Amino acid sequence: MENTNNIEKTNKKEEASTHKIGIYLWIWTLLFVLSFFSYMVDWYQFQGMLRWSLILFFMFLKAGLIMAFFMHLFWERYALVNVLLWPMTAIACFIFLMAAEFQYTLFSRLFYFVVGGGA
Amino acid sequence: MSEPKIDGFELKPGFKGMASDTASDQTMFKGVHWGKAMMWIFLLSDTFVFSCFLISYMKGRGSTPVEWPNPSEVFALEAFGVPVPLLLIALMTFVLITSSGTMAIAVKYGYEKNRKMCGWLLLATALGGLTFVGMQAYEWSKLIHEGVRPWENPFGAAQFGSFFFMITGFHGFHVSIGVIFLFIYTYKVFAGHYEKGKKGWFTKLKGDYVEIEILGLYWHFVDLVWVFIFAFFYLW
Repeated sequence: MENTNNIEKTNKKEEASTHKIGIYLWIWTLLFVLSFFSYMVDWYQFQGMLRWSLILFFMFLKAGLIMAFFMHLFWERYALVNVLLWPMTAIACFIFLMAAEFQYTLFSRLFYFVVGGGA
Repeated sequence: MSEPKIDGFELKPGFKGMASDTASDQTMFKGVHWGKAMMWIFLLSDTFVFSCFLISYMKGRGSTPVEWPNPSEVFALEAFGVPVPLLLIALMTFVLITSSGTMAIAVKYGYEKNRKMCGWLLLATALGGLTFVGMQAYEWSKLIHEGVRPWENPFGAAQFGSFFFMITGFHGFHVSIGVIFLFIYTYKVFAGHYEKGKKGWFTKLKGDYVEIEILGLYWHFVDLVWVFIFAFFYLW
């Protein structure tokens, strides 16, 4: 009897423990504003390092907000969060490797276009 | 979302909790529905697929000595006789974020067992996704009409077309699958399947509003991928 009472209590608590609608509306607004800013980067034709750093900044901010609040990762236990986020370091390594690779490919293409293949 | 309680097991917060959850000789993701854990693992593998596409795009774009087409000119759209850079892409971004917001709120109303609100918001999400796919079809046909092919295009480096069709095509395919499932779940919610305890997908167990959160994870992921495509392909 006591057990069923407990279960009922926890069920009620679960229903009540959803997040307030305000937090979703806030994140939604922020995503709109950040998207608008990243569009403005193109509108005003910023170039070079300023352009790339602004693009990356807005991109990571938007991605973080979506994952943390819309996908609820902010409220999940660390066992799940860490299983999901650590594999991203492998992607970072891959990006680093391929960045080195494309520079080498570009270099050898330009080099042999000038020197010629048969030399 | 999950504050689980397990008899005889203390759930510690933070990294200590991670160590004890992992070493608990039982389920590792405490309070996480199995379907939700499976969806997360699928999304992790999907992240790797999209990363490989975007990395190969970086490699292709970086290693060609031919000039890359300028995306803000290629994707410009005439509005009232004036070419506006990236107009269609900006609209697509806003449509997708809007549908992501309605999805997040649908999940909230689902957990509160507010059947009607959950259903209407799911329908709005599905229609947003459909609008996105429609705009993408328009974008594709416009570019194909201008002579962009996977092997050549009139704007610059020949690799542009193959990366464009591959990356946006794979993303659009994800959106289309999501729209189909959104319509199915809109029906399920309005028909009251979760109140009646009808069985869920791939299981004999009863369905629950947690399925809406699982669907939401997929839909937010589609939006998440678009954030990266928008940054790297359209703005860079």
